Amino acid sequence: MMQKLFHYASPQNFYPLAGKLWPVFAALATALTVWGLWLGLFVAPADFQQGEGYRIIFVHVPASWMSMVIYLAMAFWALLGLTFNTRLSGMMTRALAPTGAIFAFLSLWTGALWGKPMWGAWWVWDARLTSELILFFLYLGYIALTSAIDDSRRSDKAGGILALVGALNVPVIYFSVKWWNTLHQGASVSMTQGSSMAKTMLEAMLIMGVAFWMHAIAIALYRVRNIILVRERHAQWVADLPEVKAHALKEPS
Amino acid sequence: MIWNNWTDFWAMGGYGLYVWGSFGVTAGLMALEIFWLKRARQLALTQVSSALAVAETQEKDWRA
Repeated sequence: MMQKLFHYASPQNFYPLAGKLWPVFAALATALTVWGLWLGLFVAPADFQQGEGYRIIFVHVPASWMSMVIYLAMAFWALLGLTFNTRLSGMMTRALAPTGAIFAFLSLWTGALWGKPMWGAWWVWDARLTSELILFFLYLGYIALTSAIDDSRRSDKAGGILALVGALNVPVIYFSVKWWNTLHQGASVSMTQGSSMAKTMLEAMLIMGVAFWMHAIAIALYRVRNIILVRERHAQWVADLPEVKAHALKEPS
Repeated sequence: MIWNNWTDFWAMGGYGLYVWGSFGVTAGLMALEIFWLKRARQLALTQVSSALAVAETQEKDWRA
């Protein structure tokens, strides 16, 4: 098992594995999205308080979850990279960041569109919203920092430290609705108390959550392949790849 | 099926702008990211090809 893990820690071995895996996750994401949207938009009943407006939850909650999960995944890869000095870790951290930034933005965007009709405000400076905004800026900061440093090892290291330190913000976002008096409602799904939602609504939300998760994995695997190609462009195994040969024939440079 | 007709569906009980504004931008950004990724792959392959071409000419120079 460990040996297998170390085997795939090398970009050369991970590249074909990621190539095989991403279509599986993309197919799962598509199927689950269709199912989740069907349940959420055509089966789940209207909410007794918020009418049809609550349906924003089916994109808002999954996007918000993913914005936090992806940051934790980045911190995990960063820790691995800083401890074991493996090259793939930095590439994985980097492959996750743009997707995390998009989900953080979507969390804020859909939140604003939900807040306006329900609270009467697009934005309030409450703890949940503010800490999510900080998360969005952490993603942007990570992307800016890593792309400003040319040397990939140093850039991975600097980015890794930012990813690790910034991870402290994730539990703050999650528990903000408990720790402070926020306008944002409490957790819809709690590990200790179960859920406060109707069964179909909860099902649709969880299915969309898993769908977004699969989407993020597919995207990160696809992106890490791009990063591996560019970083390993001088390696013989890259030159031997069939897609590289085909591309060179198509566009002789 | 909980809707009487498509008009009701799109109206979302008066919340249409907010609901579709959320779903639409989410779908749009996801699609855009996929498009960016596909383009980035072509760019990466081009970068690899040119690196290989440079390596090849250097080798030739060295032989000559």
